[in-house]
Amino acid sequence: MGVEGIGARVARKEDKRFLTGKGRYTDDMSVPGMKYAIFVRSPYAHAKIRSIDAAAARAMPGVIDVLDGKQLLADGIGNLICGWMIHSKDGSPMKMGAWRPLAHETVRYVGDAVAIVVADSIAEAKDAAEAVVVDYQELPVVTDATKALEPGQPQLHPEAPNNLIFDWQIGDPAATDKAIASAAHVTEITIHNNRLSPNPMEPRATLGIYDGGDDHYTCYTTSQNPHVARLVMSAFYNVAPENKLRVIAPDVGGGFGSKIYIYPEEIVCLWASKRTGVPVKWTSDRTEAFLTDAHGRDHLSTVKMAFDADNRIIGLKVDTTANLGAYMSLFSSAVPTYLYATLLSGQYDIPAIHANVRTVYTNTAPVDAYRGAGRPEATYLLERTMETAARELGVSPAELRRVNFIRSFPHQTPVIMNYDAGDYEASLDAAMQASDWNGFAARKAEAAKRGMKRGIGMSCYIEACGIAPSAAVGSLGAGVGLWESAEVRVNAVGTIEVLTGSHSHGQGHETTFAQLVADRFGVPIDSVNIVHGDTDKVQMGMGTYGSRSGAVGMSAVVKALDKVEAKAKKIAAHLMEADESDIVIENGELKVAGTDKTVPWFQMALAAYTAHNLPPGMEPGLKEGAFYDPANFTFPAGCYICEVEVDPETGVTKIIQFVAADDFGNIINPMIVEGQVHGGLAQGIGQALLEGVHYDPANGQLLTASYMDYAMPRADDLPSFTVSTSNTPCPNNPLGIKGCGEAGAIGSPPALINAITDAIGNNRLTMPATPQKVWAAAHAAN
Amino acid sequence: MYETHYHRASSIQDAVKLKQAAEEGKYLAGGMTLIPTMKQRLAAPTDLVDLRHVAEMRGIKVTGKTVRIGAATTHSEVASSAELAAVCPAICGLASHIGDPHVRHMGTIGGSIANNDPAADYPSAMLALDATIVTDRREIAAGDFFTGLFETALEDGELVTAITFEAPAKAAYQKFANPASRYAMAGVFVARRDNGDVRVAVTGAGSNGVFRHRDMEAALSSNWSPDALASVTVDASDLLSDIHADATYRANLVKVMAKRAVAAA
Ligand SMILES: Cc1cc2nc3c(=O)[nH]c(=O)nc-3n(C[C@H](O)[C@H](O)[C@H](O)COP(=O)(O)OP(=O)(O)OC[C@H]3O[C@@H](n4cnc5c(N)ncnc54)[C@H](O)[C@@H]3O)c2cc1C
Repeated sequence: MGVEGIGARVARKEDKRFLTGKGRYTDDMSVPGMKYAIFVRSPYAHAKIRSIDAAAARAMPGVIDVLDGKQLLADGIGNLICGWMIHSKDGSPMKMGAWRPLAHETVRYVGDAVAIVVADSIAEAKDAAEAVVVDYQELPVVTDATKALEPGQPQLHPEAPNNLIFDWQIGDPAATDKAIASAAHVTEITIHNNRLSPNPMEPRATLGIYDGGDDHYTCYTTSQNPHVARLVMSAFYNVAPENKLRVIAPDVGGGFGSKIYIYPEEIVCLWASKRTGVPVKWTSDRTEAFLTDAHGRDHLSTVKMAFDADNRIIGLKVDTTANLGAYMSLFSSAVPTYLYATLLSGQYDIPAIHANVRTVYTNTAPVDAYRGAGRPEATYLLERTMETAARELGVSPAELRRVNFIRSFPHQTPVIMNYDAGDYEASLDAAMQASDWNGFAARKAEAAKRGMKRGIGMSCYIEACGIAPSAAVGSLGAGVGLWESAEVRVNAVGTIEVLTGSHSHGQGHETTFAQLVADRFGVPIDSVNIVHGDTDKVQMGMGTYGSRSGAVGMSAVVKALDKVEAKAKKIAAHLMEADESDIVIENGELKVAGTDKTVPWFQMALAAYTAHNLPPGMEPGLKEGAFYDPANFTFPAGCYICEVEVDPETGVTKIIQFVAADDFGNIINPMIVEGQVHGGLAQGIGQALLEGVHYDPANGQLLTASYMDYAMPRADDLPSFTVSTSNTPCPNNPLGIKGCGEAGAIGSPPALINAITDAIGNNRLTMPATPQKVWAAAHAAN
Repeated sequence: MYETHYHRASSIQDAVKLKQAAEEGKYLAGGMTLIPTMKQRLAAPTDLVDLRHVAEMRGIKVTGKTVRIGAATTHSEVASSAELAAVCPAICGLASHIGDPHVRHMGTIGGSIANNDPAADYPSAMLALDATIVTDRREIAAGDFFTGLFETALEDGELVTAITFEAPAKAAYQKFANPASRYAMAGVFVARRDNGDVRVAVTGAGSNGVFRHRDMEAALSSNWSPDALASVTVDASDLLSDIHADATYRANLVKVMAKRAVAAA
């Protein structure tokens, strides 16, 4: 592997920049003549806009202009769209209500934007925003998805009667019902997956620059996928044709999914820049982030899991209601369908599955993908159900899982997925050993002497990364392909630039992508630069989400490296008068195998560009591109075990140990992988113990609009993690990579809740398991 | 934040004068509460009178058992005072758990009690220690000072200059922190005098702010031990309910924190 190659524990190249405050984020961007934007937002969760009077605001000091939704409409700017078409089981297409970038008729959640103020300073823009008079007629509000489906509730969009967006199903209802009817035991449970706020450290920001000379737009934005942003803004919002629109996502300080989507602000700032003739910058404050960043999760499900007399699962029936908020965000429809219900087989051989999913409009912020996106919801549902079943059946949770594990691959589940490789028992054994599962009873007894209730819980998760192939997702309704691109440019002095369509916003691509190159050519990673995030520099790419950068993005780099290597060998063979099949590349040199003839890498590169002595007919230069479309998803899996102590007097849960045993396929940089697992676990533990978005059901006000009320995990809420991997390489991509970015957040919540419910002897507990809830459950009858 | 005028007061007299002269002035101590409120445009003082450079309002003085803490003394100064720890470690412990290091190095005891946030820690110590709040014009017993949620007995323009109290024989504070804000969701300060008098003050839980729990005081006066609280009931009907904790749970926490405080004292 070499000291910097594949598998090496290399410190992140980008960290010097980030840790010394030299990162360049969107809000750091400044251009001559730039002005500042503040959005006027609805204070009501549901209201008609009678009128907007901005005359007084326009006259205030420093104000360039105030623009509203009617002007936006008049200029032909389109509706925001959802890019994945889902059909209901009756065949009808999903019922998408109009989402205007600036509402001009109706506002549907607190924070809905109605106007933009552009001024010399943020303070002046805020003063003017307060002077914009919006005459609202308040309407009744509904925030809960189940309630929104009931008759007589407030209606959000005329397109979607009863607030129902679609009523979709997957699997075989008849076979599943039959299995349940014939079961020796059926476990039934209701599962709530709590709504979360994404909270990236860097809030969203955008800088829109219109250049009248060329009729050209530049959009700096906090995006995980700048090319997709450009495509969508061109094709659907009529901001500008693609060749007249450059999107740059510079350093981005975390996204967790929330920066995949195109939000109103990017579109409006670009449009406002043209209208006002000045560059317009907007940076979200934390309150706006809580109000308007797309939330995650918010599912309510009922589950029936049927077992035969040998404790084998024979059927699974799931009915889920998913709250999508006030508007359909870019990938909102895919999350509770193809990213969720297709994972409901888990690690288990289940012959019959049926899932029904209804998605619902409510007067809340839009809900879309958040770290894990659908897979955490599936995993939490399954693993809580498995634990409950083990308790009901009186068997150990590990044994119930072992009996049901899938053991031969490939495995076709009844819900589309075809698992390619895995060894679930290896992860289970590793986690049980690392946690000293068998010694738990003694630890529980010791804790009881101190008056503490100790519990242990596990979760065996599977997830799907690198969502693909493009033709398959297209047939399921995706509006885009899910391939990735790469270009490898060898400079005349041998240094290398890799242009990737993946986008790093915390994942460490500048290091891991360079490790691929170092591994291939034996050059130092310092001689390799990774270029991403700028549609003018990088060829079309699909960006980073769904843990796809490794499995898909790196595979594209490998394909491009293959082409570079082939040409480099041809050049070297020509220079050394050898056969190209005898050339090997090692330690920055091209050698003729079995001889002492070598050409240094840089000399070969120089030869490619001087073109004085190339093989006959060869084009000068050394630069190759590739597009890679995966053959299948990848399937990371693993087993997480959590041990807790609950203080019965206060309900406080202390995590004693957290063990993660993962199968990520081949690993490029173990240190970065561990960092991803740690971060994922922190978010999963946050969901399980602390985090939860609350709206006031009476008026739709967001009650958790600041860190005073929204509990983020802090360092002292978390234990030191015990992480390990036992890997089965993925057979479907050249590097054997599966992906590790979301596993921690997917696998951890059920392990924690299983541990707490084990400790308190009451299975009825919802996330977040706050001290109050745990205390109440511990003192209530099961 | 709206535009405002900044004044740096050099003395107590100067501070009061500057405030009087201002149209809609406010004293500024650590700014840990006031500045965020201004940034959110929820407060719009025309003038700020900065108290942090008024020497006579700073510092801790311990004479025998008599303690005097200047109103502009920071939480971190209280937390780390060896003199104070020698006579009343409970108040040092309380200060050391307020917010985070940044907040403790800026926030002041005067600002905290003048603000009287129902979830703040100091008000419970003031009540339980039977402290006296010294202002530019009078002395106010803690029992008369805290009058409701964010409400105090301070008159318009009245400046807290110091707090004083007699160190008790035993005291302790136990705080159950709100998981999000880490302010008190239930905080109980217990103090016992040499003469056997006991005070129990509860913060974070009361629907009208900090309060004394007389039944606990009575139980502990006759038997200073955690067990003495077993038979005391905490009435949930006067307690706060919010998304973090309902009144029933808070009632439980008040009792558990009280027991733990007695055990720790
Ligand atoms: C992140 C964070 C966490 C916190 N956590 C806690 C916590 O756990 N527990 C806790 O108790 N507090 C907590 N606080 C509040 C902190 O203790 C504040 O410092 C305190 O509430 C206000 O003190 P200050 O000196 O900052 O006052 P300022 O913010 O300057 O002033 C507050 C108010 O008091 C008035 N005022 C200030 N000094 C005087 C005076 N001498 N006389 C009359 N009026 C005066 C001001 O005019 C203003 O109205 C936290 C604050 C933050 C930002």
